[in-house]
Amino acid sequence: MLDEKNLQKPLEEREDIIEVKNLNKWFGKHHVLKDVDVNVKQGEVVVILGPSGSGKSTFIRTINALEEFQKGEIIVDEINLSNDVSNIEAIRKETGMVFQQFNLFPHMTILKNITLAPIWVRKWKREKAEQVAMELLERVGIPEQAHKYPGQLSGGQQQRVAIARALAMQPRIMLFDEPTSALDPEMIKEVLDVMKTLARSGMTMLVVTHEMNFAREVADRIILFDDGEIIEEGTPTELFDNPKHERTKMFLSQIL
Amino acid sequence: MPHMSSQANLQQPQKRAETPPPKTSVGVIGWLRQNLFSSWANSLLTVIVGTAAFFLLKAIFTWVFFGAEWHVVSNELNFLLIGRYPEEEVWRIWTLLLFFHALLGLSWGFGKGIMNSIAYTIGGLLFISMLLPFIEMSTRIWIIANLATLISFFFIGHKFPKVKKITFVGWFLSFPIVIFFINGLGILPNVSTNLWGGFMLNILLAVVAIVCSFPLGILLALGRRSKLPIVKYFCVIYIEVIRGIPLITVLFMAKFMLPLFTGGIEVDEVVGAMVALTMFSAAYMAENVRGGLQSLPRGQFEASQALGLNSTYTTVFVVLPQALKAVIPAIVGQYIAIFKDTTLVLIIGLLDILEIGLSMIAKPEYIGLDMEVLVFGAVVFFIFCYLMAHVSRRLEKSLSVGNR
Repeated sequence: MLDEKNLQKPLEEREDIIEVKNLNKWFGKHHVLKDVDVNVKQGEVVVILGPSGSGKSTFIRTINALEEFQKGEIIVDEINLSNDVSNIEAIRKETGMVFQQFNLFPHMTILKNITLAPIWVRKWKREKAEQVAMELLERVGIPEQAHKYPGQLSGGQQQRVAIARALAMQPRIMLFDEPTSALDPEMIKEVLDVMKTLARSGMTMLVVTHEMNFAREVADRIILFDDGEIIEEGTPTELFDNPKHERTKMFLSQIL
Repeated sequence: MPHMSSQANLQQPQKRAETPPPKTSVGVIGWLRQNLFSSWANSLLTVIVGTAAFFLLKAIFTWVFFGAEWHVVSNELNFLLIGRYPEEEVWRIWTLLLFFHALLGLSWGFGKGIMNSIAYTIGGLLFISMLLPFIEMSTRIWIIANLATLISFFFIGHKFPKVKKITFVGWFLSFPIVIFFINGLGILPNVSTNLWGGFMLNILLAVVAIVCSFPLGILLALGRRSKLPIVKYFCVIYIEVIRGIPLITVLFMAKFMLPLFTGGIEVDEVVGAMVALTMFSAAYMAENVRGGLQSLPRGQFEASQALGLNSTYTTVFVVLPQALKAVIPAIVGQYIAIFKDTTLVLIIGLLDILEIGLSMIAKPEYIGLDMEVLVFGAVVFFIFCYLMAHVSRRLEKSLSVGNR
C-alpha cells in the first residue's frame, strides 16, 4: 500500500497508483482500445479528452472492471486486475466512480444511497456510516437533502450526491465518466466546483470530460484519445498551447 | 421615457395576477357539460346509456330484494364457508380468526396507510355479518369478539409501536399456527384434510400458493438470468413447461402422478393441490419478476458494482426492490387469478365453495335457486379480489415517493 507521505513529495517523485500496460480491448471484432499505456501517480489529476467513440469512457471503465479487456495488464494500488473475482472486488473498494447519468438508487433516500456500501461492504456501524455520509453531504453542500429521494433533487444535486456516495467508501482513486454531460448548463459549475475541491485535497482522479476550462485549470496531465489509442499527452499548457500532433490540433480546433 | 419605464419594470418585476378559470369549466354544471353533453352525439349517447343503466339497476334491485330466495344461502352459510368441518370443532376456526384479527389490528395500529383499507373491509364484513338476522347466537358472539379484538388491538398497536416486532413474528408464525388449529396435529382432535372445505379451503389454498410462489418465482426469475447454464436452462424449461400446461392438468397430475414420484406413498389431496397451485403460480410469478428485472437500466447494476457491492447485495438492495415495485400490478393480477383459480380444485374432488354451491343446487329442496348461490359466491370472491386490487394500488402509490 502506498503511504500518505507519498503525497508530500513532488508529483514526479511519487509512486504510481495505476499502471496500465499494453491494454487491448475488442467489442466483438471491433478493436476499441489499442495498446494503451498509462501510469498515474498518487494524487495526480488526469483529464482524458477525445472525440466521442474514441474509447476514453471504455478505458476508464476497464480500470474498475466494469468492462473486461482481452490483452494487457492493469494494476491498481498494487492489486493486479485479473479475472479473479476477489481482485475485482478489492479494486472496486479502492476506486470510486461517478457516472454521466448519476445512477443514484431511486428507491432509497440520499442518506441510504450513501451509507449502503459502507455498511455492507466496509461493515461499518450504521451510526458511523451516517456520520460520514453527513460530513460528505456537508462537503458537497447539500446536507439538508439527506432525507429526500433522488427524484426530488436537481441534476446538479444528484451528481453531487453521486460524488459523495463514491467518496463514502473512502476510495484512493476517483473515476469520473463525463460527470457534467447530462446536466443543464446552470448546474455544471456546482459539480465542477466540488471536483476542483476534491482535486486540491490530493485525491487521485481520472476524469473523462468535455469541460476544457476544468481541464486547463485542474489537470496535472491531459491524455488525448482518438480511435482507441493515445494520440498525445502532456500538461494542459503543452497540449492546449503547443499541440504537436495533427489530430490533436484538429480536435482542439473543433471544440475551442 | 419608454426606456426608463421598461427599466423600472426590470427592477421590480411584476407578476401577473392569477385569474380564476371561466365559470363554464368548473363545478357540477361545467363537469356535466364537458363530460356528458359536449356535443349532440355525446348527449344522445348519455341519454341512451343512462336509460339502459337505470333499467338494469332496477332489475337487479328488484331481484335482489324481492325476487331472490336467499334462504338457500342463509340456511347453508356454514356449509358454504367451512364445508364439512365438524361442528364441535368450529371454535378452532373462530380462535384462529381471533388470532388474525389481533395481528391485523396491531398492523393497522402502527401501519396505517395500506392497512387502513384492509382493516375497514374486514371490519365492515364483520359488522355486516354481526347484524345478519338469521345467524345463531353463538356465531354472533364470536363475530362480536372478533370485531372487538380487531378494534382493541388497533389501539394497542397505535399506542405502543414497539409491538411491531411481535407482530412480524406473529405473521411469520401464522402458517404453522393455522395448520395446528385446523388440523389438530394430534394435540387437538384430528380433523383430516378431506373435511376441509368451503371458502376456508379457497383461502387456504390461495394463501399458500401466493406466499410460497413469491420467493419461488423470484428465484426462478433470477435463475433464468443466471450465467450458469444448468441453473439457467432448468429455470427456462420449468417456466416454459408449466406455462404451457393448463392448471387443470397440473392439478390432475398432482393427484394421480405425484404418488408415482413419492414411491407409492399417498399424497394428501389438499397438500397436492397446494403444491400444484404453488408450482403453477411460481412460473407466472417468475415471468412477471423477469419483466421487472429487464426494466432496470444497466446503470443501476454498474453503480452498485462500482461501489463494491457483490452480486448478492446488488440483487437484494438495488435490483429486486426496484424490479418488484415496477411489476406490482402484474404480480397482484397474478395473485387475483390464482385466488379465483382455486375453484378449479373441485375437479380433483375437493369441496371448495363452488363445489359445495353446486352440490346444494342439485338438492331437490333448492331446485331453481342456482342464481342465488352463484351470486353469493361471486360477491364473496369479488370482495376479496377487489380488496387485493385496491391494496395493490395503494402500495404502488405509497412506494412511488420521489419517483424518477
